[in-house]
Amino acid sequence: MNTDAAAADVNYLNNGRTIRSWLLTTDHKRIALLYLGSIILFFFVGGFFALMMRLELLSPDGDLVQADTYNKLFTMHGIVMIFFFLIPSIPAVLGNFLIPMMIGARDLAFPKLNLLSWYVFILGGSISIYVLAAGGLDTGWTFYAPFSTTYSTTKVAPAMLGIFITGFSSILTGLNFMITVHKMRAPGLTWFRLPLFVWSIYATSLVMVLGTPVLAITTLMVFFERMTGIGIFNPAIGGDPLLFQHLFWFYSHPAVYIMVLPSMGVVSELVATFARKQIFGYRFVAAASMAIAVYGFLVWGHHMFVSGQSVYAGMIFSILSYLVAIPSAVKVFNWTATLYKGRIWLQTPLLYAFGFIGLFTIGGLTGLFLAAMAVDVHLTDTYFVVAHFHYIMVGGAVMGFLGGLHYWWPKITGRMYPEGWARFSVLVLFVGFNLTFFPQFLLGYLGMPRRYYHYPPEFQVLNVLSTAGASILGIGYLLPMIYFAWSLKKGKLAGANPWGASGLEWQTPSPPPTENFPVTPAVVEEPYQYPSEEEVARA
Amino acid sequence: MPDHAMTAAVAHQFDDRDQQKEAGTLGMWLFLGTEILFFGGLFIAYCVYRIKFPAGFAAANEMMDVTLGGLNTGVLLLSSLTMALAVRSAQLGKRVSSFTLILVTMLFGLAFLGVKGIEYYHKFAEGLFPGEGFRFEGSLSRQAEVFFSLYFMMTGLHALHMIVGIGIMIVMAVMTWRGRFSPQYYSPVEIAGLYWHFVDIIWIFLFPLLYLIHVHT
Repeated sequence: MNTDAAAADVNYLNNGRTIRSWLLTTDHKRIALLYLGSIILFFFVGGFFALMMRLELLSPDGDLVQADTYNKLFTMHGIVMIFFFLIPSIPAVLGNFLIPMMIGARDLAFPKLNLLSWYVFILGGSISIYVLAAGGLDTGWTFYAPFSTTYSTTKVAPAMLGIFITGFSSILTGLNFMITVHKMRAPGLTWFRLPLFVWSIYATSLVMVLGTPVLAITTLMVFFERMTGIGIFNPAIGGDPLLFQHLFWFYSHPAVYIMVLPSMGVVSELVATFARKQIFGYRFVAAASMAIAVYGFLVWGHHMFVSGQSVYAGMIFSILSYLVAIPSAVKVFNWTATLYKGRIWLQTPLLYAFGFIGLFTIGGLTGLFLAAMAVDVHLTDTYFVVAHFHYIMVGGAVMGFLGGLHYWWPKITGRMYPEGWARFSVLVLFVGFNLTFFPQFLLGYLGMPRRYYHYPPEFQVLNVLSTAGASILGIGYLLPMIYFAWSLKKGKLAGANPWGASGLEWQTPSPPPTENFPVTPAVVEEPYQYPSEEEVARA
Repeated sequence: MPDHAMTAAVAHQFDDRDQQKEAGTLGMWLFLGTEILFFGGLFIAYCVYRIKFPAGFAAANEMMDVTLGGLNTGVLLLSSLTMALAVRSAQLGKRVSSFTLILVTMLFGLAFLGVKGIEYYHKFAEGLFPGEGFRFEGSLSRQAEVFFSLYFMMTGLHALHMIVGIGIMIVMAVMTWRGRFSPQYYSPVEIAGLYWHFVDIIWIFLFPLLYLIHVHT
């Protein structure tokens, strides 16, 4: 009896307490937490650059920083947030933690490779931190040639090396997830019984695995152009800078889906759990993830409408870009249909899901404006674009990440976060976010270009609103950090399944034991099987 | 005891040896898929400039050493043969023969790198490395510089993969010598073989694209 109780108390968190047991762990749950710590660090580094930019833009003149510093601020903000926060955020943290648990496996297919991915990530991150400390980079996160290859006097070569190395972390993680989903599913867990989070991480992994190598080779080419006389993009010897843009966007457009697809997976889980219903059109939502991943590779040219690519190429890319709206809309409609007549339980994670659906819809619809060639000519490189992709990446991806973190926090730590504070912080985030980025749509429409440290005085009111919003947004991010930390010791004990959710990850104790499941579970039904309204009434 | 021998090589996350083998094999195939995309960026760049600068590429091609390139192609094809035979020997449980064949494969790989080194040395000496010191007779010098940019990137990256491959072969040779493999468990050799053949195939594309332009223009 006593030994049973003691055995039950051993979980992945207290199974080994030394630093060494964390740094050499191959447990996917611990590696997820290593990633969580690292990306939060990067998030605050990236957030600091954003704060400096917004402070500078309070007034039309360069009061706080001048052009050179400002160029470095937006470059490093982009690099840190995209490569070191958004791309690893949901896949490497929640994906790592949940994929094996959701499919009833003891670990990922390649646990050592998983740990290696984290070290590769840290190595790439360290090189990027070195770039920051050694004077920064001013190319923009897009590294356009020939400025990056020939003219910039900042640390382009080490930055390229950092991104190149980090890319392999992404490739190896994606590969690990795909093989795990293919080969490690519990008995009875067929493809169409997989939770939608697994589907969306699978689709994301496909993009990581097929897209990232192209970014890797592109950054490697830029690296060698900087270091040697090799000149594949160098117009001085007949090289073509446009080729750089094609190769770069071949990865970097799909990279948007690396950021947002996992959030869509989270939202599917949240909506099903808190509406107590099977997701409406499960197979369509699953297929939509795959469709987005595949279409995502065919639309990169919409970043290049004004680059000088042919009008015909532009037209085709424009039409294909519209096509991406179809699977995206399928998801939004199906979530809404799931909520319809659901038994809604309005908890914080669902509020995040609502935030995601609303903000993603705005971000997605403004994306259609930008996919229209004529409108894009007017809006290219204005704040309209900045607002659009922040609605997707912050309003969408970060909302989804935070929603997922709240939802699975009891599973990860065994304790509940304080519900009241959490609801308050969703509100703060939502208000702060919209106040920050909605004025930027207007600024862009009125013609304010992005990436400038000063602007005509008539744009000041909207810029002040945006900066005010950013301060509120910053508080909205700090609050969860504080109460999450508080809940580690003081939070209410969660129990195995505080949400009464379906899904294998809720059938094991919180926090889970190192081996996840005492006995490999067998799956006999489709996911999200909640009792219907009549069944509840009868009970 | 036989039970223990059967399960010893199965990692804790897998249920059985078949699952482990399938995961490893599929993992390598997927990795090779990422490698195709990785080299793909360079192949695309090659296509773009080959179409843009046909005359410059043809002129630059005159400087290539078809004999050494052809020799290397032969060496790599032979190494693929010995690799395939090494896998077969491992599968049949012939430890010494598998070990020897892996060693021969490795030596072919080293021979390839040696020849490649000689070629690089000649190119540097002739001033064909792009940059300040680039020397090329005639009006097509700039186009030739793009060609040699691609040549050094593509063959350099390929050579790097060869070096990694030789490292893997060393590990495989040691594991084979220590008797880690058996007819029931030889998937590491097989998976290493997949990688080796892949690197070989990349060269099979590089050789005609970089050395044999004059044959088909």
